Formats: sequence, C-alpha cells, structure tokens
Amino acid sequence: MKYIDEFRNKNLIMNLAVLIRKSVIRNYTFMEVCGGHTAAIHRFGIPFLLPDNVRLISGPGCPVCVTGTDFIDKAIAYSKMEKVIICTFGDLLRVPGTVSSLEKEKAAGADVRIVLSGLDALDIARMNPENKVIFLGIGFETTAPGTAATIKQAEKENIENFFLLSAHKVMPPAMEAIIKDGVNIDGFICPGHVATITGSSIFEFIPESFYLGCVVAGFEPADLLQSILMLIRQVNQNDPKVEIQYNRAVTLQGNLIAQKLMSEVFEPCDVPWRGFGIIPFSGLMLRKNFERFDIEKEVPVRIIFQEDNELCICGKILRGLKTPGDCLLFAEICFPENPLGACMVSIEGACNTWYRYKLNK
Amino acid sequence: MNDFISLNQGSGGKLTHELIEQVFVGRFGMVKPLTDSAILKDTRCTLAFTTDSYVVDPLFFPGGNIGKLAVCGTVNDLAVSGAEPMYIAVSFIIEEGFPVNELVVIAESMAEEALKAGVRIVTGDTKVVEKGKCDKLFITTSGTGILNPDLEHISIARQVKTGDKLIINGPVGNHAIAVLGARDSLSFTSSVTSDCASLNHLIRNVTQNCNEIHFMRDLTRGGLATVLNELAAMIGGGIVIEEASVPVDEPVKGLCEILGFDPFYLANEGKVIIVVGAGEEKRVLDVMRSDPLGKYSEIIGEIIPDKKKLVVLNTSVGGQRILDMPSGLQFPRIC
Repeated sequence: MKYIDEFRNKNLIMNLAVLIRKSVIRNYTFMEVCGGHTAAIHRFGIPFLLPDNVRLISGPGCPVCVTGTDFIDKAIAYSKMEKVIICTFGDLLRVPGTVSSLEKEKAAGADVRIVLSGLDALDIARMNPENKVIFLGIGFETTAPGTAATIKQAEKENIENFFLLSAHKVMPPAMEAIIKDGVNIDGFICPGHVATITGSSIFEFIPESFYLGCVVAGFEPADLLQSILMLIRQVNQNDPKVEIQYNRAVTLQGNLIAQKLMSEVFEPCDVPWRGFGIIPFSGLMLRKNFERFDIEKEVPVRIIFQEDNELCICGKILRGLKTPGDCLLFAEICFPENPLGACMVSIEGACNTWYRYKLNK
Repeated sequence: MNDFISLNQGSGGKLTHELIEQVFVGRFGMVKPLTDSAILKDTRCTLAFTTDSYVVDPLFFPGGNIGKLAVCGTVNDLAVSGAEPMYIAVSFIIEEGFPVNELVVIAESMAEEALKAGVRIVTGDTKVVEKGKCDKLFITTSGTGILNPDLEHISIARQVKTGDKLIINGPVGNHAIAVLGARDSLSFTSSVTSDCASLNHLIRNVTQNCNEIHFMRDLTRGGLATVLNELAAMIGGGIVIEEASVPVDEPVKGLCEILGFDPFYLANEGKVIIVVGAGEEKRVLDVMRSDPLGKYSEIIGEIIPDKKKLVVLNTSVGGQRILDMPSGLQFPRIC
C-alpha cells in the first residue's frame, strides 16, 4: 500500500533501531500524547525494538478516555428521550457512564447509531425530520473541523432537527497541565494528526517555557522510531525544540481553512478531562450564532454522576504518572469487554492497548 | 403466489405447502412425500453433526448471500472436523412481507452451493413471523457427515505438537469487509468480495494426499486471532505467527487502516487453518495451492512450547506482541 509500505520497511526499521541503540547515553522517558501513537507503538511491537533505557509512556490523547462520565451520562439521558436519535463514533458506545453505557441503552431500545463523521449524522437528520438527531462531537483538533463543517452545512440548509452535544477538546492545554502536574519526561512525541490541522507551531511554548523537546510524529513504525531517535538527539545535545518528523503531512502553519472553520463555529471554554479535572480553555463550545444547534441549550438535562471506581488509576495513567501495570484492577476485574475505566474502553486507550498487545502484562 | 410473504404462508396449511413446493422442494431435490424427518440409510459409522444460524445483514453482499453462507458454513464445519459432509437440514424464519423473488434467489444459491459441495438438503422447516418480529430472513442449517476414522483426532487437536506448522488457504478479512461495505449505515463501498465458499473438496484433497494433518478449523466470526487462541488453549502450548506471511488483500488492508480494524479479527467464510507435522508442510502447501480455493495458501507460523498459552505475533517490522482474543465487536475508531 502506497505511503504505508515504505514506512513499514523492515530493513529501514531495523536500521533505525540500531541507530537508537547507538545513540543512547542515559535513561530517557518520552510521552506519546496521542492515543493513535499508543496503539501503533504496541500494535507493531515497537517496545521490543527499543533498548531498556528508552521508556515510552502514554498521554491524554485518546479522546474517548478523557471524556468525562458526565458527558456519557448526558448522552444516555438524551438517548432515553422520545424521538431522539443519537449518532456517535463507534468507540464511545462501550464507555461506562455512572450506571449504564450507550451500548447497553442501545440494547434496551434506544436509537443509537454509529457514524463515521458528522456529515453522516446530518444525513440521518435529513431522512428523519420528525426526530431530533444528536451528534456526539468528540475528539481533538482532528475531528473538530469536521464537526464545524457539519454545523455550517446544517445552518446553510436550515436543518432544524440536527443538534450537537460537544465534548470537543484541544490538545496544548492538556500538555501544559501534564508538565505542571510534575510528570517526569524528557520530551513529547507530539500528535501528528492534530498538528496536520493546527501546524507544529502550537507546540512552540513547550521548549520555550518548559525546556522540553517535541517531535511531531507520523503513525507508522518508521515514523515512530525516527521520532524517538530525534528526541534522543535533542536530549543528548541539550537542545529542546519543535521538530517535524511527519513532514509529509504537517507544516508549521497547518491547515488554515480547517482552523478558520473551527474558530468560526467554536470558542474555547473550560471543560473537565477525565483524570485531570477542569482544564482552562481546553474545550470547544458552539459560538453564540450557532447556539441553536447546541442540544444542551435546546433541551437541558440534569444528571447526577459519580466519578470512577476509586481504585481506578486512569487519571494517573492519562497524566503519565502511572502505567496500566500499576493498576490493581487491570486484567483482574477491568477488561476490554467490561471496562471500569476509560483507558480500557477505546482501542487507543493505554490499558486496552496493553491488554491486547503487551507480551508481559 | 403473491410477490410478498404473508403470515398465511406460515400457517402450516395449503399456502405453506405451496410456498415450500414452489420455492424449495424442486431446487433442493427433496424426495417426496415430505415427512417429518429425512430417513438416512447406511450410516453405521461415526457421524459428525453440526448446526449454525445465519442472520447476516444485509442478506445479499458481494460474493454471496445468506443462503450460500448457510450451506458453506455447515459444510465447512463438517469438513474441518474430518467428516465428509452429506446431508443438510434447513430452517427458514421469514418476516411477513419478504419478497418472494428474493427468497427464490436465495434458495437457488443454496441449491447451487449444495450441488457444488456434493451435499443434499434433505429436510427443512419454514416459519413466517409478523413484520418486525425478525429481520427479513433468518436461516438455520444443520448438517451431518461421516467421519473419516483416520481423522478422529482432528477436531480436538490431539496430535498437535511443538514444531508443527500452521497453514492458511488465503487472505483474511474479505468476508467482513464485503458485508460491512454492503451495509447502508457505513458510507463506504469497496471492491472486496466475500470469500464465502465450501472448503470440503480442498480439505479432502489435503487429507487424501498428505500425512500428519493434526488440526483443522475454519475461520469465521472472531477471525484468525480467535481460532489461534482457541487452539493454544486446547493444546496448552504457544503459537508464533509471522505477520508478514499472513495474506491480506490490499483493499482490505486499506479499509482496516481507515476504520481502525485489525484483519486478524475479521470474519471469514472460506478460510481454513491447517496444522501439519513438521516436514510435511511443503507437501501440504503444494496440494493446497493446486486447488482453486487454496491458490494463495501460506505457511504462517508454528507451535511452540509456552505454558502461558500465548499467541505471539512477530510483526512485519521486526517487533513482537501478543495476538489476543477479541473482546466484543470491533467498532470503527474516531480519528
């Protein structure tokens, strides 16, 4: 497959692994922020190729994992209403709310449908004018422009039964929160798809203010190994900066059209992240002139939610302070088929990935 | 007969008879008079007996339909147990309003597949339920066949030992992607066709011409990963798989990349994994590759000693990880 096979070339990868082994002069801990990176690292068995003194820890970049229980509870509350169709990305279905999940509500008769984009949800709204169609907007800068485009389209066509329940978030404030939280890392493997939209410049504050290296990485094994090598070199040369490894997709400025769409439709707001609490200006809410698509304004719901099982350490895992192996619940009573914490739910969650791929659990 | 199935056609009376006569009896070559049981003679031997229900949505997909699937699935379950598939019983649950012409097409492909596989559909049942009480059409097939006495060890993997090689008869994941692509709900279409096929001739070819066949299993729901984990548990040992050796068609690979699926977990309907004693694998591979349904056969791994009963995957890039049982359905990912 073009643009894939080249980056999975075994010789190239073995060479990179050798270069990494030759370059290490101390211990290194890097955080892969993005859940897509976590999944790729374990799917390709990357830790097996790294020397013992290079450690990778997972960050808060799995959108499902950081979505609060309150959001799931709200979605469930809406799903129980008459003449409501919930449209969601597939990963969200199994996330546990306080007492139920969308998957369980679907089995009990709620109309919950899996879509691949907001535009699919808009189609469902056109075809079901007598129902309220609620799209669960979730994801970072990667999916937010798609939701923004959907809202603009809904406005243009004046579709009155389409609504958004937004849990969209942006990445940099969470990265800052992690650093301030005292996580002990030597650099970030920065999210490549987020940077495709935002440009690599949004990470500049990290070396400037916190003296930590950043490499914007692609998602194939050669991308990841090359990014790790670049970070090791930055550490060795004591020269933290933002570098782009994923240069076939990422530029300094990013996708200006997508950025414009996002800022036209959304404005920043303070939102809770699972495991972090409220992070200022890290969420995206609809601007005043698009407010009529906000389901929480149209039909407010009140929910009473509980935080996760007190033994669950998802919060600490998402902040890079613990690994799934440190959790008492992991693979004991918390499994992908019956997740207690959010990191076990999504295929990009750290616990789920460990459970599925790691040789020594 | 009307164009659409009505509840009256499930009444058991004249209209039911007319439906069975006009749609099924002739096509399946059933012997009249139709009785409550098919009476099968000359079976003083060990029998394999299996059953399966088919509820695939949509009923028609590139490469097959629910009827073809129902015959192939039952034939394959028998064949991989070391039996020669012989007789099939079929049961239809039809939703009121179902178009008769579609039922005819489905019956025809069942008859065609049965003829190809050399099995006979000998008995059956038809029920019609009210609209909304079932999704268009469900089919249950049961099948029986005579077990080859030399192959009694096959289904329980009794002879599998360290060093045995694993062979697969072609690329994985095509059925799942074909069905998913045919659904309206996910907005993509693809050129992928289902691998739905009866494997009994291929399997007979292998068992008659090769020695040291230690285990066979068809890969259906849960895909290759599930069967490998079941096998590891059964033998109390480990399995190592070379990712680069497992055939996956390019369009399947591409769609898996986009949707976040793993081809190792995707359903197949015409794939079998065969475990052969070390030294015999080349011969088995040659025999398999000479069959149209085994043209793309590959040796993908081997049995290793491992008390933890893990399936280990040597990734195509030189890494290593486990290949675990899937938990629940795979959902398309967010980004």
